[in-house]
Amino acid sequence: MSPSAELRRVSKSYGETKALDDVTLKFSRGEIFTLLGPNGSGKSTLLKILACIEKPDSGMMFINGEKITSVNRDRARLTTTLVFQRTTLFSTSVYKNIAYGLKLRGLPQKQVRRSAEKALAKVKLEGYEDRPAKNLSGGEQQRVSLARALALQTPILLLDEPTANLDPKSASIIEEVIRQANRQRDTIVIIATHNVFQADRTSGKAAFLANGKIIAVGTIDEILGRKPEIRAKFSRLENLFSGISEILEEGTSKITIDDEIAIECASRQTGRITVFIRPEDIILSKESFKSSARNVFKGKIVEISDQGSLVKLKVDAGKQFTAQITKRSFSELGMKVGSQIYLTFKASSVQVA
Amino acid sequence: MARISAVITFALALSLLLLPLFLVEEFAEGLITALKLIVSGDPEILSITLRSIYISGIAIALSISWSIPIGVLLALSDSAAKSYVKSLFNALLGIPTVALGLVLYLLFSSSGPLGPLNLFLNPLGVSIGQAILVTPIVVSFTTSAVEAVDPDIKDLAKTLGASQTEASLAVLKESTSGVVLAIVAGFNRALAELGIVLMIGQNIRGQTRVLTTTIALETTRANLPLSIALAIILMSIVLTIALLTNVIQRRAR
Repeated sequence: MSPSAELRRVSKSYGETKALDDVTLKFSRGEIFTLLGPNGSGKSTLLKILACIEKPDSGMMFINGEKITSVNRDRARLTTTLVFQRTTLFSTSVYKNIAYGLKLRGLPQKQVRRSAEKALAKVKLEGYEDRPAKNLSGGEQQRVSLARALALQTPILLLDEPTANLDPKSASIIEEVIRQANRQRDTIVIIATHNVFQADRTSGKAAFLANGKIIAVGTIDEILGRKPEIRAKFSRLENLFSGISEILEEGTSKITIDDEIAIECASRQTGRITVFIRPEDIILSKESFKSSARNVFKGKIVEISDQGSLVKLKVDAGKQFTAQITKRSFSELGMKVGSQIYLTFKASSVQVA
Repeated sequence: MARISAVITFALALSLLLLPLFLVEEFAEGLITALKLIVSGDPEILSITLRSIYISGIAIALSISWSIPIGVLLALSDSAAKSYVKSLFNALLGIPTVALGLVLYLLFSSSGPLGPLNLFLNPLGVSIGQAILVTPIVVSFTTSAVEAVDPDIKDLAKTLGASQTEASLAVLKESTSGVVLAIVAGFNRALAELGIVLMIGQNIRGQTRVLTTTIALETTRANLPLSIALAIILMSIVLTIALLTNVIQRRAR
């Protein structure tokens, strides 16, 4: 039977907070499906339920047509693997991390070794077997997590923000490996992300979640082209802005967003468009400086959040921007909530959705 | 390379511990005699050393049987009473050993409620006393070690195919180095204990005489070479165990 997964009217609450509210979704063989939505929209809970590590409060889940109950949940867990957003590794070598799940499945030693080596080669970490996993860089650690999941060859692969806060090299390796796994073994890949461009690159179908509810299901284009109220929900995603674009004499275009700010963009489209700026493409500075970048905004820091080696800052500059910088830059700039700051980014960093 | 640096660390630590003693005039002479006693394999020193390791070994084995389960349950508990119980064990870390020794003396002595068990003046009684003494150490260290494990480890093990029990074991495995530290700290504390051993064991030659009680006794008798020899052995055991634990843990990873 073709692998498939289905959620029917699934709800889940944590205390007073409703994490998932009457969610119905179907995933078919060979599909790459993206779960889009802002933080706290229920994406991670949905993945944990699909991974059989959380039980829904109500509703039903089916894997390969079989209803998942407390009796078969442990067995069903062997058909799915979840790669967590926050990289989690056992305090041991890279090899032992990857071998853990294979040994649980009772595979012979030789096959465990072979599968681990193959999985490491896929994520371009050949020869890393004996290294202590926790001593690797953030990108390498996330690649080990992915290799550990790939080695199990489960029919369903679940990924929670797999490239969030990663260097571009690791991010592109991970995206490529996900596509390969999907193509070669018809794996159902379900990715939670709030990077709409990653979704567009890797995914066929997507669902948009807000406050635990499914707001829209379709292709990314279909979802982005939906009614204004859905676009408004999207605006809660990081650095995603919708506005009216007009072409400038210089060859770039100016996108006016709600008559509040105008962003210069390298594309030459007119009319209503949606654009996105990657948080890591925004330069933060205490003073305005001369540069070739076309977009400079003065703003005030409204939120600072620690992301391990990186710091994420929300800056109100007419519209709210999210920027991501290293911890070292953050401490050197001596920033705090309420500080005035300049945001600078190039017209070519503004991507059209 | 790691082994060489560990040996150098060990030698340096031992030298640093012994350094102040060189300021004492009798020490150099005492040290030479002590080393001769150790090298010659003096039967008295050997039996005292082995008895010390045996009594404290039984003590830590007894303590592990209840302290590690208590520590793990405490760490995994969501009960409202958790913080009070943790505070209690933390407070007991500083329990005056003489007071504990007195309580055990009253319990174990022939006129005490546990007198019929013949634990007074008995090596097993001394082991039980040491086991009770090190319980707060093993419990507190174990609780901290399990609490320090990444909370996502259990979910990680499950998503890789582990059952509930296998996932709990994965959490325990992650805390192994902390739990081993708890055991080592407990054993070393038991080995170094004097008050309880004196009160329950009474330092009977050939039965309850251990390294600490002999050092105390021989020092009061001005038999410094024997005291020094035993002190060197005591410190060597403590440092060797720390070194071995370190090497084994590195290899295990």
